[in-house]
Amino acid sequence: MHNTASAALGRELLSENTHLAQHNREHFDEAGVFVVNVMSAPGAGKTTLLEQALPLLARRHRVAVIEGDMATELDADRLRERGVDVLAITTGRACHLDATMIARGLHHGETKLDLPSLDVIVVENVGNLVCPAEFEIGEHRKVALCSVTEGVDKPLKYPIMFRAADLLVITKLDLLPHVDVSLDQLVTNAKEVNPALEVIALSAKTGEGVLNFVRWIAAGRAAHAPPVAVRA
Amino acid sequence: MHEVDMTVALVRSLAQWREEQPGAPEIRRVVLQVGAFTTVEPDALVFAFGVQRASMPFLQRAELHIEDVPLVAYCPACAVEYRPVIGERYAHPPCGEPMGDIRSGRQLRIAQIETFEEPVYA
Repeated sequence: MHNTASAALGRELLSENTHLAQHNREHFDEAGVFVVNVMSAPGAGKTTLLEQALPLLARRHRVAVIEGDMATELDADRLRERGVDVLAITTGRACHLDATMIARGLHHGETKLDLPSLDVIVVENVGNLVCPAEFEIGEHRKVALCSVTEGVDKPLKYPIMFRAADLLVITKLDLLPHVDVSLDQLVTNAKEVNPALEVIALSAKTGEGVLNFVRWIAAGRAAHAPPVAVRA
Repeated sequence: MHEVDMTVALVRSLAQWREEQPGAPEIRRVVLQVGAFTTVEPDALVFAFGVQRASMPFLQRAELHIEDVPLVAYCPACAVEYRPVIGERYAHPPCGEPMGDIRSGRQLRIAQIETFEEPVYA
């Protein structure tokens, strides 16, 4: 015979991850590092954008990258060739980075990042439009990429990602003449899910708009790092 | 795929909860609220739970019950709550206003745990 001993809990499944993400964020804040989490479907152009944008950002900021990849360090190597410090985290079977992986990477990584010597960390998440949206890592801003070749309906089909994002970067703008896609419709769909979403359209290939992305990160960093005296 | 990781978090939470209970009871049933506006596929979660509970003696007879929670959004223009159609339309149909506050549907919440034992209160 069963007893019906019950206990209502109200515990969120991801509370442990959220808590740890907050812990990571405090580490970043102490060191004065602004952290951006870049997410998209595979092939949207995250690495290509960072290859173009980070050398520009590095002119005035001390920048490093945390690179999440399932098995290889191919993307990490591409960015290292551009002279950027990269902490590579291979996630194995996991389809996203989580706060534990970031914490472990920061504390025990082979190529440790020296946080106080940095202004900005750009995290390139695992290519996936679903899972990374659900896992906080301690970032200050979330960026979702969507290439023009992916069509206008991605924000409607993968709403959690576009709802969570602060910035939508529309990539591969140079291909727009070759695809049957309305930029306006893509933006309208994304803002239907997230009216506060900022939007930058660019082409990492031609360079058009890349500076806007660099400036967005720089502005976020400037707004995020208050004078020391103001800090509690 | 992330349902596996979420189940790991679920099992860990249950183990933690159990340790806090007097007598460390065996768990009979868990009710998990899963919001429609999450990336979780309930079937995948139940499957992963079935696999993972096998290695946990206190969970081997446990049943996972998923309680679906619909997406409820708030339209600031009309000052009403409504249910967007996920995958199709998120704006409020009468006025076209984009989706404002999400009132419900983001939950991944352990709502209830039932055990085989009589509860003991301090």
